[in-house]
Amino acid sequence: MAGITISGLTKRFGVTQVLRGVSLAVAPGEFVALVGPSGCGKTTLMRIIAGIETADAGEVVIGERAVTRLRPAKRDIAMVFQSYALYPHLTVRENIAVPLAMRRLSAWQRLPLLGGLLPGARARRAAIAEEVVRAAAPLGLEPLLDRRPGQLSGGQRQRVALARAIIRRPAAFLMDEPLSNLDAALRVQTRREIVEIHRAVGVATLYVTHDQAEALTMADKVAVMMGGELLQVAPPEAIYAEPADLRVAGFIGSPRINTLAAAVDAAGRVTVAGLPVGLRTEARGALTLALRPEALRPAAEGLPAIAEHLEFLGDGLLLHARHTPDGAPLILRLEPEAREGLRPGAALRLGFAPSRALLFGADGRRVAARADAPLVAA
Amino acid sequence: MRARLPILGLLGALVLMPYLWMVAASLKPASEIFRASLSLWPEHLAIAENYGRVLSRVPVLLYLWNGIVVCGGILLFQLLFAVPAGYALAKLRFPGRSLAFGAVMLGLLVPPHVPALPLYVAASGLGLLDSYTALIAPFAISVFAIFLFRQFFSALPDDLLHAARLDGMGEWAIVWRVVLPNAWPAATAFAIFSVVSHWNDLFWPLIVVQGHAHATPALGVLQFRSEEAGDDFGAMMAAAVLMTLPLVLAFLLAQRRFVEGIATTGLKG
Amino acid sequence: MRPPRLAGEAVAGALMTLPAAIAYLLLLLLPTLATALLAFTDYELGAPDLGWIGLGNFQEMLADRGFGVSVRNTLVYVGLVTPVSILGGLGLALLVEAGAKGRAFFRAVFFLPVVSLTAAMAAAWQYLLHPTIGPVNAALRAMGVGTPFWLSSSDTVLLSLAAIGVWESIGFNMVLFMAGLTAIPRELYAAAEVDGARSGFDRFRLVTWPLLGPTTLFVLTISMIRSLRVFDTVAVLTQGGPNKASEVLLFTMYQQGFTYLRLGYSAAITLVFLAVVLALMWLQTRVLDRRVHYS
Repeated sequence: MAGITISGLTKRFGVTQVLRGVSLAVAPGEFVALVGPSGCGKTTLMRIIAGIETADAGEVVIGERAVTRLRPAKRDIAMVFQSYALYPHLTVRENIAVPLAMRRLSAWQRLPLLGGLLPGARARRAAIAEEVVRAAAPLGLEPLLDRRPGQLSGGQRQRVALARAIIRRPAAFLMDEPLSNLDAALRVQTRREIVEIHRAVGVATLYVTHDQAEALTMADKVAVMMGGELLQVAPPEAIYAEPADLRVAGFIGSPRINTLAAAVDAAGRVTVAGLPVGLRTEARGALTLALRPEALRPAAEGLPAIAEHLEFLGDGLLLHARHTPDGAPLILRLEPEAREGLRPGAALRLGFAPSRALLFGADGRRVAARADAPLVAA
Repeated sequence: MRARLPILGLLGALVLMPYLWMVAASLKPASEIFRASLSLWPEHLAIAENYGRVLSRVPVLLYLWNGIVVCGGILLFQLLFAVPAGYALAKLRFPGRSLAFGAVMLGLLVPPHVPALPLYVAASGLGLLDSYTALIAPFAISVFAIFLFRQFFSALPDDLLHAARLDGMGEWAIVWRVVLPNAWPAATAFAIFSVVSHWNDLFWPLIVVQGHAHATPALGVLQFRSEEAGDDFGAMMAAAVLMTLPLVLAFLLAQRRFVEGIATTGLKG
Repeated sequence: MRPPRLAGEAVAGALMTLPAAIAYLLLLLLPTLATALLAFTDYELGAPDLGWIGLGNFQEMLADRGFGVSVRNTLVYVGLVTPVSILGGLGLALLVEAGAKGRAFFRAVFFLPVVSLTAAMAAAWQYLLHPTIGPVNAALRAMGVGTPFWLSSSDTVLLSLAAIGVWESIGFNMVLFMAGLTAIPRELYAAAEVDGARSGFDRFRLVTWPLLGPTTLFVLTISMIRSLRVFDTVAVLTQGGPNKASEVLLFTMYQQGFTYLRLGYSAAITLVFLAVVLALMWLQTRVLDRRVHYS
């Protein structure tokens, strides 16, 4: 089993620096989701790994081989494209067979009709046909093998693209937003199927998406990319609970994480609008205190706020409030029962457990903080 | 592809060859042309002689003017007929609509040479030979234009028309104030196609025009060749340059539009 | 659905199509039907009356050696111009699109003949191909190769006309192919690369050629119909000569109708021409279309 290792990749299109020295390792058998807002460079990164695009600098290693200067065909990878990129003139069967036919048959043997008569062609074609069925069966494609892509639904096309990718047992899988053209229900179902295929095949997989839900639900590790840089690579739980960068904290999680401008007094206590919030830190200067919507709750003591608006979600409640001293918007995720006693316009105090508070320095990097004397009760 | 530019350069030169020799010969005196030298550049310039002979013997400007009148007239009538018809076929429901559209599709199959004989008989019977009317009328209706505008208008959102109706516009007001302003891309493409094909047409002018008074550029070249020039290649090439120049210049000024116009309307050939 | 406006809509629709319908009737439908009728008469322009002669004109055609030659010449011309201008157009389109440099320039160069006055350029070709003073033969002489008579020998006249025909239409086909090429999704080429299509030829066979199918069929039909309609170059350069060696269908029709004023016979030739055009279109839509559209 092989993995993918990239180091120091840079790429510039005209005046825009798309990649600024990206390094990432996908271990053998690992599923890494590369997530970021559109335009962050993630698709370019994937295309460079595939060899469809060339990097200005940096190395790509797949398995033990440096492939930076190899054609895509020689990199031993398979790719699922956002548009699926199925050949419209070939049947499902022929589409899935292409990666094998291209590698195992000579140009002459690939000729229609005549090619089948050449020595050795018949046996190889039979072997390919068998493998096509074997790759198609688990995806439920057997009844569709003789149709053309134009006759298939979006979900079916997606499976054909998957079958075409897994048939060759490549050293690495690359998937470029494979679910973005499916409707919501199908997306959730296919999410699971892709994870199951990955588990069964056990190949290093890099999965590009702009959808954090996909990244968090599917991947062993999530790599968050913004502005051409990787900000953090970590398991989904860590990405959510322990973001290393304010931009990661802001990008992952919905509703968006709450942020408040904070300061440090001479004793090292963190204050928001002059009020100590129960945290200590060694850092100095302007800070940002970030709190997930579920980390905040109404309390007897804490940050002063005004309730503005309530959204009932069925299994929960979103409370939109405003931090009284500086007018910063805050969102709380509460139990449905909390609705009692919450009215728009009511003055509140909001508390949080110090362990769930995230503190970031002026440069956006995470800074260490520990609980102080419990001035603000949870 | 390192060989791309050299290969293209070579092929391009090959395609441009007739133009280069045409222009070169139009600058050379007869003696030099008859020496059949391979030099493009003339030793003695004979611009005044060659072009002077053309301009003095045949009314070149009249030919060009005729070309403009005929092409302009044809285009005007084609648009006048085709825009409302195309809109009605695309967006309005009326009895006979499918019949009319069937007629358009049928008309697309018929090359313009097919109705030529009876049209000639009719023009001759009405005493219209040798007139702008005879040159313009047969092409005043273009089923291809109707088809093109119908396809184009079909893509206009219905809500745009509903909104116009709610604002109190009648169907004719919609045609002039909503549909027509949106028809420019199709109209330009069709205009280029129409002008190029009728400027270059030789078949019909050859049939209905005698003499110079109503000759179009294509016919003018032919007449000059058979009546005046004979073996006077210098003057012949000068005439060819003069007649080719207007459309080529227009093309060079707006080549993207030309290429797109011909490509999108290509289906009529 | 929209009852209050229905009547107004119907009136407006009918009024808007009416002018076009009248013009269509007078200028297209009736003359075409008249041609079809004339084809079965012995009508001559200026003759006091006309007689119904049934298939007489068509029988004459079959017996007429000149008409046979005309059909043969037309087919040879179409057979020469169509494949060369299609393959050439495709080659040029691929070559021009292969790089960014000079793309607009070369597109304009190859397209130039399409917008050039055919009659005038025919005159230029006449000079170019002139047996004694023409630059082509001057070059051949300089190389020590034989100098054909091109347009004035019955052996080479069709070939020369076909060469001019290719020169005229290759840029047109190129532009149509370029439009077809831009419609091919870029991702398919990326997929082909990943799937193991290493050479440019592999990618051409796996992606370009099949996806150009509809374009190619379209260009094929158009090219055949356009070359079937060859007239201008013949009228300017050869008048069907020498010795009928460049007599083509439309020129024969023109001569019979407007030089000899035998309108009935000319109409019959027109019908044959129309039948061939319709057959080609039928072939395109009914037979071949299904093979190149994938859905």
